[in-house]
Amino acid sequence: MAGSARIGVITFPGSLDDRDALRAVELMGGVGVPLWHGDRDLRDVDAVILPGGFSYGDYLRCGAIAGHAPILEEVTGFADRGGPVLGICNGFQILCESGLLPGALIRNRSLRFICRRVMLRVETSRSPITADLVPGELIEVPIKHGEGQFVARDDELRRIESEGQVVFRYAGPDGVTDDAHNPNGSMASIAGVRNPRGNVVGLMPHPEHAVDPDVGPTGGQPLLASLIARAMAGASA
Amino acid sequence: MIHAFEVLVTLKPGLSDPAGKAVEASLPTMGWTNVSNVHVGRHVRLEVDAATEAEARAQVEEIAHRLLSNPVIEDFRVLETSGGAS
Repeated sequence: MAGSARIGVITFPGSLDDRDALRAVELMGGVGVPLWHGDRDLRDVDAVILPGGFSYGDYLRCGAIAGHAPILEEVTGFADRGGPVLGICNGFQILCESGLLPGALIRNRSLRFICRRVMLRVETSRSPITADLVPGELIEVPIKHGEGQFVARDDELRRIESEGQVVFRYAGPDGVTDDAHNPNGSMASIAGVRNPRGNVVGLMPHPEHAVDPDVGPTGGQPLLASLIARAMAGASA
Repeated sequence: MIHAFEVLVTLKPGLSDPAGKAVEASLPTMGWTNVSNVHVGRHVRLEVDAATEAEARAQVEEIAHRLLSNPVIEDFRVLETSGGAS
């Protein structure tokens, strides 16, 4: 068996969760590779993570300026070649702003920053982080965001739903999605989506904060394990 | 030649506007009970060095489309100002 998958984590000015993401990758058996927003080099990684935080101060809109960072051109090329890309929280916002994922994230319905655990219902196995999971499965991970309300135009939302591009929905402990368990007012309780090809995925919750049983839930473990396995498969292909 | 513009970015009609709602909800507590339809947007001023106003405006339109606004959720308007920008 060859060495483990190289998982790149991009640091933007204002990224907060890049180190947690690198640590989570290493905990799950991958090799964490730091990447820099101003570079045009992905250092031969097998998958890319865009982490959470407040890139470029989130001026204009969350993720708007990062969506045009030099390294995003490389990420776009990598994604076009089928490489696995994961955006978490601010990383999700960046992928939406850059056009790699559909929709947009606006202020939470409550106007409050929310920091707590949520249950996610897996909606599809066709994404690099749910390939080893079963639709309907529930995982527990934290959210921490002020602007996580997923919105899309009506026609785009219909297309996202009909093409099976919803990867996660916020759910109750019984797996039911309803308004009471929709923390930020997202359309159709959407917590994460993928691109049509299924190699780019973004979500507001934080799997990288949910890998160590000493400090919280471990719902992030199967997601990152799946990403590392997909990256390995791509690397050896 | 320097051309000065203002770009107004607003949420598309029909989308929830939590910031506008928050402002609206605070007005009655200040005594204004006759205000509705409050929306919060973004205002950007910029100056462009270009040969003609049309050329400068076309560039600002592209900047507004590609960076200053997100076409999924926002509309924008470009206004030319009378200059005098400091």
